[in-house]
Amino acid sequence: MHEGSRRFRFEVSFPMTRLYFFQGGVHPSELKISQDTPIEELKIPDRIVVPLSQHIGAPCEATVAPGDRVRKGDRVGQATGFVSVNVHAPISGVVKSIGIFPHPIGRPLPAVEIESDGEDAWTDKLKPHEKYMDLPPETLKEIIRDMGVVGMGGAAFPTHVKFSPPKERPIDTLIINGAECEPYLTADHRLMLEEPENIIAGSQIAMRILGVDRGIIAIESNKPDAIDKMKGLTEDIPVLEVVALRVRYPQGAEKQLIKTLLNREVPSSGGLPMDVGVIVQNVGTLSAIYKAVRFGIPLIERITTVTGSGVREPKNLRVRIGTPIEVLIEACGGFTSDVGKVIMGGPMMGVSQYSLEVPVVKGTSGIVVQLLSEVEEGSAQPCIRCGSCVRACPARLMPTVLGVFAQLDMFEEAERYDVVECIECGCCDYVCPAKIPLVQLLRYAKAEILTRKKAA
Amino acid sequence: MDDRQLILSSSPHIHSGESTPRIMYSVGVTLIPAMFMGVYLFGFRALVVVLVSVVAGMATEAITQRIMGRKATIADGSAMVTGILLALNLPPTVPWWLVVVGSAIAIVIGKQIYGGLGYNPFNPALVARVILLISFPVQMTTWVKPGPLFSRTIDAVTTATPLGEMKTHLMVKGTLEGFAMGDLWDPFVGNIGGCIGETSVIALLIGAGFLLYRGYITWHIPVTFVGTVFILSGLFWLINPDRYMNPVFHILTGGLMLGAFYMATDMVTSPITNRGMMVFGVGCGVITMIIRLFGGYPEGVSYSILLMNAATPLIDRYTRPTTFGWREVSPR
Repeated sequence: MHEGSRRFRFEVSFPMTRLYFFQGGVHPSELKISQDTPIEELKIPDRIVVPLSQHIGAPCEATVAPGDRVRKGDRVGQATGFVSVNVHAPISGVVKSIGIFPHPIGRPLPAVEIESDGEDAWTDKLKPHEKYMDLPPETLKEIIRDMGVVGMGGAAFPTHVKFSPPKERPIDTLIINGAECEPYLTADHRLMLEEPENIIAGSQIAMRILGVDRGIIAIESNKPDAIDKMKGLTEDIPVLEVVALRVRYPQGAEKQLIKTLLNREVPSSGGLPMDVGVIVQNVGTLSAIYKAVRFGIPLIERITTVTGSGVREPKNLRVRIGTPIEVLIEACGGFTSDVGKVIMGGPMMGVSQYSLEVPVVKGTSGIVVQLLSEVEEGSAQPCIRCGSCVRACPARLMPTVLGVFAQLDMFEEAERYDVVECIECGCCDYVCPAKIPLVQLLRYAKAEILTRKKAA
Repeated sequence: MDDRQLILSSSPHIHSGESTPRIMYSVGVTLIPAMFMGVYLFGFRALVVVLVSVVAGMATEAITQRIMGRKATIADGSAMVTGILLALNLPPTVPWWLVVVGSAIAIVIGKQIYGGLGYNPFNPALVARVILLISFPVQMTTWVKPGPLFSRTIDAVTTATPLGEMKTHLMVKGTLEGFAMGDLWDPFVGNIGGCIGETSVIALLIGAGFLLYRGYITWHIPVTFVGTVFILSGLFWLINPDRYMNPVFHILTGGLMLGAFYMATDMVTSPITNRGMMVFGVGCGVITMIIRLFGGYPEGVSYSILLMNAATPLIDRYTRPTTFGWREVSPR
């Protein structure tokens, strides 16, 4: 283990709010090796592939054709349905093709391929709003949707949908999620240090939309500089409060975060944060909201951490959406030696990639490159019933029991033992001494149950 | 960039590094103080028992797995731990062939017959101990007085365990009056008659402390087990001190500490939830006290654990944690 990267630190702040606990969780080595590296602008790539499906929900329809000239910020994909957002051209250039391209999700999907003209010229359709706080909530939501804003913590759920709770679900708190509990990732950390004003302004917009007067900025205590920065900037904003969280994965998961801050449990069987009066937004999303509303800039770039022992110089990059990840890795000095896995996202929940052609999408918080020597090998052994997985499960499930049900195709039993409540955080797998692929097994059971429900 | 083969797998992509062998060898290492005290108190014959037990256990595992065409797993350390634990649960005077028989029983009937590690419902070492106790009652209950290493004659002086002495005294006299409990320091360091590894409370606690610190065992089973014995024996003692010994005597003597920290906490055969472990511990404590106070045997720790092993699947079923989102929480 890389103990060297752990440091001693003092508890930075005394939380104003009383903190509660979520049960379970793990504390892997934090390995935030890129936390002190300032955000670096990645050069505009010659070619970009913008997937038409970058969010949970219906994919977009292309609004351009091959040969069309586009400028930065022009819409290239039109939302289809409520749970869907537009996508925009991240660079200026010519649409080369609209076709099927590698996608981080693991299979090729429709995308718009744009060849850069090297000018990086803005569209003339930007609509800034000087007095944006005077705009009615509905208009603000409309802008957010038009500008293609989705959750940037990883799940990429359309933000305007989150901002539209039904009337019978009153919201009283906005949680601004800067926990960044995944090992390695530092994109949110750097954003909080370098663009804190955008996050705060975005939070105020979000609070206006939701009509709430309580916002909690939640940051894990391994980012004392970010906590100080945020505290300093919110001193005169009584509705915003900064809270230092215990470092414990998955502290940044919505349900666990709400439990910790407010001691409210999002109900099981499909409950949402809004059911307990809360909306959670990632700090990156709030920054994007501000840029969209204030300057009319669509979501065409994001901060992505490129890290792991497999890259020479770990960095935090400001990247245009659609940049192939090999460009990012090259910008970080390339691979150090025999590469094993390239993971999009963090090491706990990220998706290992099959190709370096896959583009950065709106939800790409990081690229973690693992060396061949680091990749866990070896086959699963029999469960010795140590109960580590039960103790580590933040959803309070019995992963080993569910794993057995999955292996035996006992889906009814798995459902009775609440397998669908699994958040796939990976804690059970992480602690399992028998190295049983529990997350994979539980995912299989969940998918199988869903398919059967649909068929019925 | 070149066309290298990237490894694809399901998340998570990192692991704590914990492994079955690591747990097993840790348990083995934490038993060194108890083994040392066993050898110190009962002489080299105790060391022979431990070695024969471990070697026979591992050999049996290798042979059975070969016969059944299963993957050899003697390197995972579990047969070694079973061997050590069985030895620590045997009297120091036990003949070597009985140790071999016991080890073979532990591995074959206790474990492999069910499918190997992870599938056995009962603690293998205890299965073997109880079968030996029933089949060879004389050899299994011949105790010797401890004497520090190198300062003793070849022929050890036979004695009884404190619990056995108490039971005999009570049966003969009908009261505990006149029964000298002796210095409590003796059972604490192990200076009493008993099995090789059970007499020294301090040695067991040192090892168990490390297991607790590393998280390989949790407090739930040992604390509830010992606590139940303490409370139950205390109640009876308060009611009638002429018939029942005091609770300190009960928790320091016999196989309670070895049982509570090392046998009952066997992961495979105990519940997997914290609440379940507490139920398990209380159950062990209650059964132990029923046997000690009202049963024919002076000691009941082994039986209590085996009986609770049988109840483990049931306990697991009824102590399922409440899934996140089902619990009522503080109102808004």
